[in-house]
Amino acid sequence: MLGKLTIDALPFYSGIAMGGALIVVFAVLGVVALVTWLGQWRYLWTEWLTSLDHKRIGVMYVTLALLMLVRGFIDALMMRTQQAVALNSDGYLPPGHFDQIFTSHATIMVFFVAIPFLVGLFNVVVPQQIGARRLAFPFMNSACLWLTAAGAALVMISLVIGKFSTAGWNAYPPYSEAQFNPDVGVDYWIWAVLLSAIGSMLTGINFLVTIVKRRAPGMRLMMMPLFTWATLCTNILMVFAFPSLIVAAALLGLDRYLGMHFFTDGDGGNVMNYVSLFWIWGHPDVYILILPAFGVYSEVVATFSGRRIFGYESLVYSTAAITVLSLVVWLHHFLTMGAGSDVNAFFGRAAPLIAVPTAVTIFGWLFTMYRGRVQFTVPMLFTLGFIVTFVIGGMTGALLAVVPVDIHDTTFLVAHFHNLLIPGALFGYFAGYQYWFPKAFGFRLEEKWGRRAFWAWIVGFCLAFIPLYILGFMGMPQRLNRYYDPGWQPYLIVAECGALFILCGIIFLAVQLAASIRNRAALAVPTGDPWDGRTLEWATASPPAAYNFAVVPHVHGIDPWWAMKQAGATAPRPARFHDIIMPDNSSAGVVLGAMSFVFAFAMIWQIWWLAAVGALGIFAAVLSQTFRDHAEHRIPASEVEAIESRRILAPALVSGAPT
Amino acid sequence: MAAPPRLSKMPISPRRRQSTIKGYLVGVVLALVLTAIPFGLVATRALRPIQIFVVIGIAAIAQAVVHLRYFLHLDLKPSSQNKLIALCFAGVVLFILFGGTLWIMFNLNYRKM
Repeated sequence: MLGKLTIDALPFYSGIAMGGALIVVFAVLGVVALVTWLGQWRYLWTEWLTSLDHKRIGVMYVTLALLMLVRGFIDALMMRTQQAVALNSDGYLPPGHFDQIFTSHATIMVFFVAIPFLVGLFNVVVPQQIGARRLAFPFMNSACLWLTAAGAALVMISLVIGKFSTAGWNAYPPYSEAQFNPDVGVDYWIWAVLLSAIGSMLTGINFLVTIVKRRAPGMRLMMMPLFTWATLCTNILMVFAFPSLIVAAALLGLDRYLGMHFFTDGDGGNVMNYVSLFWIWGHPDVYILILPAFGVYSEVVATFSGRRIFGYESLVYSTAAITVLSLVVWLHHFLTMGAGSDVNAFFGRAAPLIAVPTAVTIFGWLFTMYRGRVQFTVPMLFTLGFIVTFVIGGMTGALLAVVPVDIHDTTFLVAHFHNLLIPGALFGYFAGYQYWFPKAFGFRLEEKWGRRAFWAWIVGFCLAFIPLYILGFMGMPQRLNRYYDPGWQPYLIVAECGALFILCGIIFLAVQLAASIRNRAALAVPTGDPWDGRTLEWATASPPAAYNFAVVPHVHGIDPWWAMKQAGATAPRPARFHDIIMPDNSSAGVVLGAMSFVFAFAMIWQIWWLAAVGALGIFAAVLSQTFRDHAEHRIPASEVEAIESRRILAPALVSGAPT
Repeated sequence: MAAPPRLSKMPISPRRRQSTIKGYLVGVVLALVLTAIPFGLVATRALRPIQIFVVIGIAAIAQAVVHLRYFLHLDLKPSSQNKLIALCFAGVVLFILFGGTLWIMFNLNYRKM
């Protein structure tokens, strides 16, 4: 009846695991109680959960990412604390629990923080940057959000029911096979990753089509803002890379569920095939995470230097070059596999080549700032912090590309990829969050707490990861639960202090958000253009109307909004307004997400009747949406006119950014 | 490349609707046949293993072509230049990924023999 699910699945085995489970349960109950007490279920359902408005979906994506960031960071803090105390002792975490934590930390940070964060930014910004009123496939967008949320929910519920995978975030066989890992942990990993990966692949298709097909008239490819270019390249990578991960995870699932032999040691299976398939996705994924941040930096640098971006075309070409190069270097993630020297030489040399277009990009930003009037706002601080620290990450990457060097699989590697992904991706998302927050909500984020958050993050980052570089040189392997070398402990204690600084950074971001909501009247941006922006998203109201643009603008070059302001025009106001057709809300996306959660949960615990219910539910949700013939509504011209005349138009070139 | 004009919602004429449905049905049948052949071969072991591999490979490529032709409506007419560029790029990427994987795996196999 309940498959493998018994009372033993509850975490009675450890006080710490029980504490985590209780926190999750009480947090969910608390949110449910709060919404009920406020009587906001109807509002939440009609205005947010079922919305097909890309801005709302974007805000929900970013909210998911920030919540999961807290969970992923708690995992990190627990690991740092364990390693700080585990000299010649077991520390406070048993090995199996420690392994779960490093697996869930990485899985969460990649699939449920970084991806939702960048997709959220795409949603809020890209349609407005290209002058579109909606995405190409609005329902698919909602479905992707709820698939991702279902995956995140699976990782969270694994805290309460059963255990998560101990096989690392890449779940390498043979350890992840049923023979060595008969528990449900790896199944939790497989299903969470599958749901999220399917959502990400479809999101890539959605934005790819939107950018190719729905640009404002006159906007040629070489006039698109750099964030849109970065999004386009990211989408191409998503479309080509994610299928490989889906196939790898699905074949691993077949090995585990049906006793097949794709990646087993015996019966003709090949472990390295899994590793190769995984990294065919995994390496492009690094750029899926980093390119959107590069796009944010380009926008932020241009806006806060008050100049057109330097070398627009070379930045576009380097973004495209990074996109293609990122597809030819996947073997450098397993240089120690034992391939021949010709193979290793090819992939070892291809990897540092990416430094060339990356350097072009960085020089583009530096030359934009040179002789510009740089305003040191919070997004700009994150950008500058990124440029300085990312150079170190790039250098250490070149070192890791040397095949025979003896630091693969040490904490040097851990430090290296955190050095790429914290400044290279997360700082970019934070910069984008600070930069476009007024776009989404109509008021700025408070500066003082933003600065404090930045300093806490960058100091914490350096303290946490520079010691790991040194430890890597000293030979400390990654993922170590206990160790016997007293020389390592001081460095690990410093790294622990770094994690505490980052904790402050997260708290400061929360304080900033709370303080900004409280002072929202003082921080309001009635003109909708708080930073004296250059690209089209600032031509709409902040927050934008459901249809974004009452009149779709004509574009004649890059930075069209800047050109309009220079010409003395305000937001375009036509003599006559027209009806606008927009997609209706749909509950099918939420149902699809909920049902895929039920399906995946049932598959994990092998409750076959429940899996059948979930599968039927997924099918029914998709079918009901497919057969809705009138899934759109018309906003009459009079209503559009009323909304537009309520808007305070930006006097050209008057609005200034606070410094 | 100029941004294309917005597509207006045009009612589909009965004739076009019929031809579309026919296209999809042909596609589904072909896809099913091309799926059945490899499964059948593996189940019955009618050929030698190496021959089965080759047939599976050919059926997989044909399957991809069927999907592109009948479900994504890709053709080689000059009017669909955008699609052609996308297809060429996909070809390059697939060459890199498949060719690279084969190279890596055969190299490893050779060294581990």
